[in-house]
Amino acid sequence: MSVYLRLFWEFFKTGLFAVGGGMATLPFLHDIGESTGWYTQADLMNMLAVSESTPGPIGINMATYVGFTVGSSHGGTAGAVLGALVATIGEVTPAIVVILIVAAMLKKFRDSRYVNNAFYGLRPASTGLIGAACVAVVLEVLTHVVSLGTSEGGIVNRYALDGSLFDWRGLALAAVLLVLTNWVKPTKNLHPIVFIVLSAVVGVVFRFAGV
Amino acid sequence: MKQKFSMLWTLFWTFAKMGVMTFGGGMAMLPILQREVVDNKHWATEEELVDYFAIGQCTPGIIAVNTATFIGQKYAGIAGGIVATLGVVFPSLVIISILAGLITNFSDLAWVQNAFAGIQVCVCVLIFNAVSKLLKKSVVDKRTAVIFVLVLLGGVFLDLSPVWFVIGAALAGIVLKNWEVRKA
Repeated sequence: MSVYLRLFWEFFKTGLFAVGGGMATLPFLHDIGESTGWYTQADLMNMLAVSESTPGPIGINMATYVGFTVGSSHGGTAGAVLGALVATIGEVTPAIVVILIVAAMLKKFRDSRYVNNAFYGLRPASTGLIGAACVAVVLEVLTHVVSLGTSEGGIVNRYALDGSLFDWRGLALAAVLLVLTNWVKPTKNLHPIVFIVLSAVVGVVFRFAGV
Repeated sequence: MKQKFSMLWTLFWTFAKMGVMTFGGGMAMLPILQREVVDNKHWATEEELVDYFAIGQCTPGIIAVNTATFIGQKYAGIAGGIVATLGVVFPSLVIISILAGLITNFSDLAWVQNAFAGIQVCVCVLIFNAVSKLLKKSVVDKRTAVIFVLVLLGGVFLDLSPVWFVIGAALAGIVLKNWEVRKA
């Protein structure tokens, strides 16, 4: 299958099943990266950081960014622009169809017992999926636990320890950021871009990548 | 015909402007929508907007996009819904493509790599904060807590597409609520 068709299909699925806003697409993007090998989890985190720091809805920014990255490794600049378009259109297509249908029967939809009951189960599941994506990025960035994928034919993920458990410098920065974003009154309502820039500076000063 | 075209153009342009002003998630869009759509353009009432927003949160897709589709279709039919959505995503397409191109060119520089290594730590914290905020809204009783824990563990330890968890959880919601009704 052409890479652009696959890109459209993967983002169509994301747009159809990610419920509850931009961050809900993260577990799907995580899954796409792992099953296709198009990008690493570290790439995905960089894309998320850029998406949070630029104008536009986060979910759309991420779709555009992933599409651009995948397209550019298959067809240069033209491929990149095509990939960005295809991924973004793929992600919004199911939403447009669903909303147009819902709009036609707005009252029925809002009062439907089945819809309400389904969302009673969907909301915590969506949070759980984002939580699992959170665990994966924390393992990747703050610890030396590495994911080995599954054994052949299996569906259970295996993990291994590579050196000492924690990355102490990263953990220290994470602790400071956690306090600043949750408990310190003057800073906790600041836009995420402030903390992203601060972390970039800390990363450069203390050579977080080790280069 | 000409009038229809100018309606669609107004939709596209208005939503493109809102796309640029949405900085950090769909929620940030609500006050801007109130000003533009309700106060200036009169495309929807305050109550309709709140309804659209609530439904946008519990239907698949990005909240900002869902709300745009709703308002667009109300003002100018199906074409309006599509055009308003294209308007919202247009600035992202342009801005991210330019930025992504730049970042790829500079990604070999040592300081860029160090900066991103620092930023990744921040992203961990931001995702963690998002989860803890969502928890308060989505885990409302014991049963939703069980669903949350099961999906969390399944997501970490099983190599399954998130699609299956979403379908399973929707079914679980319907079944659990049906039991409740029967018992009562």
